[in-house]
Amino acid sequence: MPSAIDIVPAVATRREEATGFFQNLVSKGLGWARKNSLWQYPFVTACCGMEYMSVASARYDIARFGAEVPRFSPRQADLLLVVGTVNCKQAPILQRIYEQLAEPKWVIAFGVCASSGGFYDNYATVQGIDRLVPVDVYIPGCPPRPEQVLDGLMLLQKKVQAQQHKLIDRLPAHPAAGE
Amino acid sequence: MSQAVVQALVARFPGDAYDPYVGPGGDDVVFVRKDRIAEVCRFLKEDPALQFNLAPYVTAVDYLGQEPRFEVVYNCTSTSRGHRIRLRVKVPESDLAVPTVTGVWRGADWFERYCWDMYGIRFPGHPDHRRLFMYDEFVGHPLRKDYPLRGRQPLTPERDVPDLIRGPGPAGRD
Repeated sequence: MPSAIDIVPAVATRREEATGFFQNLVSKGLGWARKNSLWQYPFVTACCGMEYMSVASARYDIARFGAEVPRFSPRQADLLLVVGTVNCKQAPILQRIYEQLAEPKWVIAFGVCASSGGFYDNYATVQGIDRLVPVDVYIPGCPPRPEQVLDGLMLLQKKVQAQQHKLIDRLPAHPAAGE
Repeated sequence: MSQAVVQALVARFPGDAYDPYVGPGGDDVVFVRKDRIAEVCRFLKEDPALQFNLAPYVTAVDYLGQEPRFEVVYNCTSTSRGHRIRLRVKVPESDLAVPTVTGVWRGADWFERYCWDMYGIRFPGHPDHRRLFMYDEFVGHPLRKDYPLRGRQPLTPERDVPDLIRGPGPAGRD
């Protein structure tokens, strides 16, 4: 297997230059489209759900960031919002939901319980959902203020814009597939 | 508060209901022998002068280092008479079986499952004797005083993520 460095020629030809230019253009366009239409799957388990409702409804209005569509089927969502405490009994459910999400997918740990287990440092609670699924953005707070949530959402938007998107995203190309 | 209830109970079950006292908050407390708890509860519910018709709040206590080690506590209430009583049943570690009171109060079902789940006290005669909160794969009873403080038993294998506070790896970090 040649590594990525081996197959890059010392001098890029005009054809490769053009391909790279168009790939970047497509990537930027797709990133722009995806970051402004994050369809979320709210995995709401605890009191942070109240704060999630506050963010989602009119006063703080998550629709300003294009994320106003909660989908209650993971097949139709691309952002998994884990809102609240996840205990060991729920861990297989969360993992299954994550696997059911269609690519590309992102995960936000909403609140301190989802991020690290919070003060539930005991026999029943998962100490942070990153032990179950890869997480993109952690939002601290017990519960976080809506402004914090929107800040986390904007961080995720920056991340989505900056990462490479392809028109056809084949499975081995995705970093999560290598695990 | 309801001394008449205590007197009726002790008179009806001499030797099986013993050592009545007034606990903190003014609640009357009676100790009851383990094998007679179902009869005592039936008497409390069906006696026309007592009428403890509300399902009790049943819980357990682990007095680690004492003998008998465990105790099951029944907090009974009468909505029609407006009085309350608390029954304490001492349970030795060698014989962790208390007769069920689900035949008296159907609502005691989940409380007894809770006591089994958290403390490992069995209730022979219970109609659905499973764990209430923890999963079936869980080993041990987490509210016992000798359960390890952070005895975690993940249901699924966890990812190997660096933990800034507890150090890397799933093995020794808790």
